[in-house]
Amino acid sequence: MDYKTPRSVEEAVDLLTTHTGAAHLLAGGTDLLVKLRAGMAAPDLVIDLKSIPRLRGIESSPSGFRIGAATSCAEIGEHDGLKAAWPGVVEALKLIGSTQIQGRATLGGNLCNASPAADSVPALIAAGAVCEIAGPAGTREVPIENIVTGPGRTALARGEFVLAFRLPLPRARSGDAYLRFIPRTEMDIAVVGVGVAVTLDASGVCAQARVGLGAVAPTPLLVADAARALIGSRVDAQALNALAKAVSAACKPIGDKRGTIDFRIKVAGVLARRAAQTALQRAKAT
Amino acid sequence: MSKHHVTTTINGDPAEFLCSTEQTLLDVLRDVLYLTGSKEGCASGDCGACSVMLDGRLVCACLVLGVEAQGKRIETIEGMAHGDKLHPLQQKFLEHAALQCGVCTPGFLIAAKALLERNPDPSETEVRYWLAGNLCRCTGYDKIVRAVIDAAKEMRAA
Amino acid sequence: MNDITNQSVLERHLKIVGTRPLRPDGVDKVTGRAQFGADIHLPNMLVGKVLRSPHAHARIKSIDISKAQALPGVKAIVTAADFSDLPSEFIPAGEMMVNFRDMTRNIMAREKALYEGHAVAAVAAINEAVANQALNLIEVDYEVLPHVMDVDEAMAPDAPLLHDNMFTIGVEPKPAKPSNIAKRVEFALGDLAAGFAKADVVIEREFLTRPVHQGYIEPHACVARVSEDGQAELWCTTQGQFIVRGFCAKLLGMEVSKLKVTPSEIGGGFGGKTVVYLEPLALALSRKACQPVKMVMSRTEVFRATGPTSGARMWVKIGATKDGRITAADAVLKYQAGAFQGSPVQPGCMCAFAPYDLENVRVVGYDVVVNRPKVAAYRAPGGPIAEYAVESVIDELALRLKLDPIEFRLKNAAKEGTKAAYGPKFGPIGLVETLKAAREHPHYATPLKKNQGRGVASGFWFNIGGDTCATLNLGEDGTVSLVAGTPDIGGSRASLAMMAAEELGVPLDKIRPSIGDTSSLGYNFLTGGSRVTFSSGMAVVEAARDMVRQLRERAARMWEVPVDSVIWEDGCARIAEAGVAEFKSMSLAEIAKTAGKTGGPIVANAAINATGAGPSLATHVVDVEVDPETGKVTVLRYTAIQDAGKAVHPSYVEGQMQGGAVQGIGWALNEEYIYDAKGRLENPGFLDYRIPVCSDVPMIDTVIVEVPNPRHPYGVRGVGETPIVPPMGAIANAVAHATGVRFTELPMSPPRVLAAIDTAAATR
Repeated sequence: MDYKTPRSVEEAVDLLTTHTGAAHLLAGGTDLLVKLRAGMAAPDLVIDLKSIPRLRGIESSPSGFRIGAATSCAEIGEHDGLKAAWPGVVEALKLIGSTQIQGRATLGGNLCNASPAADSVPALIAAGAVCEIAGPAGTREVPIENIVTGPGRTALARGEFVLAFRLPLPRARSGDAYLRFIPRTEMDIAVVGVGVAVTLDASGVCAQARVGLGAVAPTPLLVADAARALIGSRVDAQALNALAKAVSAACKPIGDKRGTIDFRIKVAGVLARRAAQTALQRAKAT
Repeated sequence: MSKHHVTTTINGDPAEFLCSTEQTLLDVLRDVLYLTGSKEGCASGDCGACSVMLDGRLVCACLVLGVEAQGKRIETIEGMAHGDKLHPLQQKFLEHAALQCGVCTPGFLIAAKALLERNPDPSETEVRYWLAGNLCRCTGYDKIVRAVIDAAKEMRAA
Repeated sequence: MNDITNQSVLERHLKIVGTRPLRPDGVDKVTGRAQFGADIHLPNMLVGKVLRSPHAHARIKSIDISKAQALPGVKAIVTAADFSDLPSEFIPAGEMMVNFRDMTRNIMAREKALYEGHAVAAVAAINEAVANQALNLIEVDYEVLPHVMDVDEAMAPDAPLLHDNMFTIGVEPKPAKPSNIAKRVEFALGDLAAGFAKADVVIEREFLTRPVHQGYIEPHACVARVSEDGQAELWCTTQGQFIVRGFCAKLLGMEVSKLKVTPSEIGGGFGGKTVVYLEPLALALSRKACQPVKMVMSRTEVFRATGPTSGARMWVKIGATKDGRITAADAVLKYQAGAFQGSPVQPGCMCAFAPYDLENVRVVGYDVVVNRPKVAAYRAPGGPIAEYAVESVIDELALRLKLDPIEFRLKNAAKEGTKAAYGPKFGPIGLVETLKAAREHPHYATPLKKNQGRGVASGFWFNIGGDTCATLNLGEDGTVSLVAGTPDIGGSRASLAMMAAEELGVPLDKIRPSIGDTSSLGYNFLTGGSRVTFSSGMAVVEAARDMVRQLRERAARMWEVPVDSVIWEDGCARIAEAGVAEFKSMSLAEIAKTAGKTGGPIVANAAINATGAGPSLATHVVDVEVDPETGKVTVLRYTAIQDAGKAVHPSYVEGQMQGGAVQGIGWALNEEYIYDAKGRLENPGFLDYRIPVCSDVPMIDTVIVEVPNPRHPYGVRGVGETPIVPPMGAIANAVAHATGVRFTELPMSPPRVLAAIDTAAATR
């Protein structure tokens, strides 16, 4: 197994497209090294993206935030501006693994590992994140909810990788929140994950909403019906019940060692209600 | 496949070693450099017994490739005491009987040190959540948490 | 003579025993210097790896190692052909019995692979990569057989059999056909029918628990070095170096004295390191290769192929009068043994009703083989499982009778003189004291909020004594080297040094304790059964008292007085009579300095079979909160109260209570082995085998009660195991009080709890 550290996007694209064997990208390594040890991945080339400046760091500008895909969650979690603007996104990515995992894990890895249970993805979906993707044909942008196509599979073509995640500045009277269910208090893969983002109009009625779901289908989901349950309402008890119902209806979970089908469907609705309430409070506070 | 030649800094001293791509930093520390203070409990990042600092960040050495240590600054348990002076955390762990078998202890000490460097006055909840990535099967965590809080108090007073 | 009377000691003012000094091995542990099983490197060392069965049950038709053998860098390969087939012979390993015929097969499969992960071959090579490659080149021809995973399944008349020669022991007449039931045991007292007839309320329930693993953070590891002349050294993480020596010598056909076993520091055992897995394989490989061989298990191997404890199905029936007196108790316990006989069902039966004073009681147990790894001891083996069931029914009875759970237990508590279901009459025990302490504890009076519940449970464990040797060597400067033979898994070498220092009347830092290898001491039974502070303590005290006798003799010789006129006080020899004109005093250091002239080196050895271990009883109180919409259980507050007899080092007694309680919390809420339909383990890692993490639990408050054990010089009772006995019952009771639903299945993971809450709500 060989190991290379490209210093630029072009170099990385070139390596990926010209390598004839099996190449694997490395950012934080918290998924890849586990797979290597378990024999579930056996590349002959590991391409370490962490030396490419365009993949590292967080920029904030009047148009929003740009988070390099190979930035560690620990670093992202310390960004005051992002925490204030998108608390749901930050609390989601800070739930990925332990403090040690946080020191290495990246959004690029969390997304492209393509586990249905990835913690950052439902929150990024709710926030309307967009991915900057580099490839042999140049760069393109894809809404995050279109990246994962199945467990372990993404829409990225050969030679492509995620450069960065872009988030807009939140509108006035907006709030987002992420909740996940795990059996312990830490260290578990999400059994259910729900991200909710709402924007209220001047009179306190929900004008916009997005709801992301994780761990309840083969991919993370953007649930339009759930958003519709909130839009036009004051996010009151009735709307929350409709939200929970819509979320539960959207679930297509499996039963496994982490949760039964019935459990996931029920708890998805419960968490959606609770996350929406937190998002609402945050929207009212801005 | 020839090995990588890596130069790095470990506990303030220059270090160099040869490793294959597959070897993790933990493999290198233990089997190549004979720094066996960092322990392997799971090799999958679930137990924290291999906790080290990498460029000032708390990480699991089993989830870092040896070759990634190139040019970096690594701190392990072997560097925690200064000469014969134990770090306050090490001393408090002894005073509070915060270890029984001791195999998880190096990982906890490195993790707790990283916490106190960022947050010198953590609450019990903050301590518990920061240390959630370090498993202990002997102590039930009670005396560990007390030792960390007591060490924090002593370090703030110093 | 090992019954040391302790009356005078108990009345003595103790200077060291009962205090909290720093442990002597502590600095090495907090600096990473201490060497655990995998920390040793020897020159010219090979790496050993094991090939394991992917099938839960399969006949092994052939094994072809030729391609692996031809791989450059492979130095040795072993299979069952390299080990003799040993005849059936039972010997103790801790508190369980092991059988050599079974052990030969467990370390390396012979006719059949009996569980997924069962070792089939082992390889030693120049590095890990070559060893792994070699494993892939070994060709095993398996004939896959149907498998059984659950006791009821395995006990069914047409169940696939694991062993053709298993005829249930303990059944009259002896069965004509073999089965998967290795043994039936029964303990009974009195007249059950009459007892139930007297009861006003009878409750009977069935329970299911699943296998759990001891969860030690350090995987099994060893280094073996065998010379061309057959002498061998073994470094390994173990709870018993003498046990390992004995097992390996037998398995390899070696003489015991040719094998020196050195115990490393041990990263947790809890009973799981009282048997051998890698050690005989490493020795066999090293014997072939004539190079040292190091073998370390991966975490997945630990879960798949070591010794979790039993899952069980149980039935418990208890009757009581309306004023709260239990009149009869009956139970049937069916425990999984794993692939070979030997579950802890017998101690489970003995333990089940032990906290209670019962006239009419019966417990029947079945030891059942299933296609899972062979179970090993796990902290009070068998006890926590049975007591979860019993304490749940006790709680339900108390509720039905409208009695406070502690009052109900006090009305029926075993005391000194109570006859246990399994035979003996108890000496002094502290159950009543722990119940009263629980009742008076501020925890018990704290009000509860909505969705919160409080649970109480009591627990019992016998504790053992056993063969123990210890040596005290007096150095020329008066400092003492203490060599004990029981590996230190929880801080015990500090307690041993404290007892020696107390006896000798010197400061603690004058005693340096170490754990000896098998060539430096006489035979020691393993660390287990909560026996070290009791047995090694007893041996150390006996040795110390012998050393004191020798020191008095030397002083008497130097002063030319009769030895009876010399006393030992505060680390010095003194003349006993008051008013002697010349006050004479000689310190330990002074006597040591001239030892060569007064008779030679001063050494004290003790070799005992420690008897008189006293049971340790406990009561735990726990508050939980249950989220009614998700089924998640949060432990809010936990108080563990236990009788330690005498807490030599209270911090380490507290540590045992806290550690055992948290293991019990994991067992109650989230830990379980999950197998797929093919009998393959789905969660062989800490990600999905969910032990409690730091943020899962609160502080564990402890109260140490001391009802001294009269058979130990300091009144010590073993304390290590009892703490894991009450938690599951206490938590199940707390969850029942929080939700109104009784949980008869463990673990109470959120999906199960939510489903039960929802079902109960629907039927209301």
